[in-house]
Amino acid sequence: MNIRGIIPALVVVGVIFAIWTAAVIPMNAHLTADQAQRDGLVMTPEAPRDRQDFTGLTLAIKNPAIIPLTYTLTRPRLPSPHQVAIEMYETIFTKAPTSRRSLVYHGWVTLSATLLGFVIGTTLGVLLAVGIVYNRTMDKSVMPWAITSQTIPILALAPMIIVMLGAIGIQGLLPKSIISAYLSFFPVVVGMVKGLRSPDGMQLDLLRTYSANANQGFWKLRLPASMPYLFASLKIGISAALVGAIVGELPTGARAGFGARMLVGDQYGQPMVTWAALFGAAITAALLVAILSWIERRTLTRMGMGATA
Amino acid sequence: MAFIIALTIWAVGWWINGRLANGPRSDSRAISLLIPIIFGVTIIAMWEVLVTMLGVSPIILPPPSSIAVRFAGEIPILWADFEQTILKGAMTGYVVGMIAAFTVALLADRSEFLTKGILPVGAFMAALPIVGTAPIFVKWLGSDWHSKAAVVGVMVFFPILVNTVAGLKDTSVMQRDLMRTYGAGYWPTLFKLRLPAALPFMFNGLKIATTLALIGAIVAEFFGSPTVGMGFRISTSVGQLALDMVWAEIVVAALAGSAFYGAMALIEKRATFWHPSQRS
Repeated sequence: MNIRGIIPALVVVGVIFAIWTAAVIPMNAHLTADQAQRDGLVMTPEAPRDRQDFTGLTLAIKNPAIIPLTYTLTRPRLPSPHQVAIEMYETIFTKAPTSRRSLVYHGWVTLSATLLGFVIGTTLGVLLAVGIVYNRTMDKSVMPWAITSQTIPILALAPMIIVMLGAIGIQGLLPKSIISAYLSFFPVVVGMVKGLRSPDGMQLDLLRTYSANANQGFWKLRLPASMPYLFASLKIGISAALVGAIVGELPTGARAGFGARMLVGDQYGQPMVTWAALFGAAITAALLVAILSWIERRTLTRMGMGATA
Repeated sequence: MAFIIALTIWAVGWWINGRLANGPRSDSRAISLLIPIIFGVTIIAMWEVLVTMLGVSPIILPPPSSIAVRFAGEIPILWADFEQTILKGAMTGYVVGMIAAFTVALLADRSEFLTKGILPVGAFMAALPIVGTAPIFVKWLGSDWHSKAAVVGVMVFFPILVNTVAGLKDTSVMQRDLMRTYGAGYWPTLFKLRLPAALPFMFNGLKIATTLALIGAIVAEFFGSPTVGMGFRISTSVGQLALDMVWAEIVVAALAGSAFYGAMALIEKRATFWHPSQRS
């Protein structure tokens, strides 16, 4: 992306942050007013119950003194951007990566499950797609199910898969990876089938005039032609895999990982922990997609398809 | 013995499908509907035979028959959960998110600059694990369906927004010039040319959003809910090892998801009958 394309995106991001920063005041006004009163400031109205009748915004206007204080609460309803940034900085850079308080440690737990699941799901997905393209029975029987399965909320299966595997004695990384694999599997199947079928009749005929056999047709035409489709589905698949790993951590009381951090922050009233885990997960997803886009660009350019990518 | 029976079922199912798929009328509508159904029935029959004959514990994998019995026996509870999660949580959020996305898209469309900024940022946000905001919304809006609707609204917002903004850009200079020669201003051009041209894109976003809406509503209930709802039922039934109930809820979720998607696809077919992808 060139410089001209970045500026509008930055402006939009800036607007989002500005809205967030402005929203901190009304969201936290009541909590701040209670806290300020305990610290000896005079609030209007004085009784906390009367304050409940006002919206956060009116309360802040009536008591301008609390406005700066809304940004520094220890347990805010909505933390301000700088509070989240500080929390993230502290848990990423000032803690040893092996410590249980480090976000890097929890991120790695989730990331390793995501990557393992992604590799399993993608491999199986590509294999099934090849089977579907070359076997008419498989195409007719399995393909409708692969498409239908994208319309059902597979993620609802997550708690059960964990318990099922736990009952047979499989714990730790693998159950989460299986959920990730399952979620990244179907996008890859659908995209890859489309890709392997993308060569048109003219191209297939050309190979036939070269008297190429089926094997050569696969390696020299169908597989290269499917690459743009494969990368498009890989990018969908990896973010689905990450969501799967996070949700897989929720119902089992996992002690490590982004999902566990969100749950811990929620249950022990530490909003910063939840927000830091949320942004950690977002940044991880962004990095994964960015890495895949980079590989995509490199690959397609080397294959001579760079202009279309 | 169990494996032999299961293999026989598989072989018979596969043989029938092979005959149908490679037969002369394999592209007819009835046959292409019949083949996946036979495949599904084969899988369910194998599952039933293997689970019952090998004596697999029902806390690992219940047989389909007991899931069906449970489903039939618990219809009032399943309906209450469906109402709470799908009708109240997912649908409200979906409609609110959709209206918000359309509004923002129309506003952004007035400015070239905003359009350029919203497309990459929106596409980026759509790839984020937004479902992680669920605990925050549950804290803000309480554990009833309002917080679920909020999660769903945010989740469906970005895919619909990105697709609508992209769709509104999808008219050629020639078409817009034609409208200008007719003396059409912004609004007539919008309603007669650009919105219809954007419809295929908008429906694409709306169809992606159907699955997201159900996922958001169900997963958000894992973070706190009243004692009704599909996510609540799934997590408590898993805790009680009542896996047949979990499977019954999953059947409901699958039916609801397919119906929701199917309804959107049907509306799309009606609304964009003129588009090449709908004419075959």
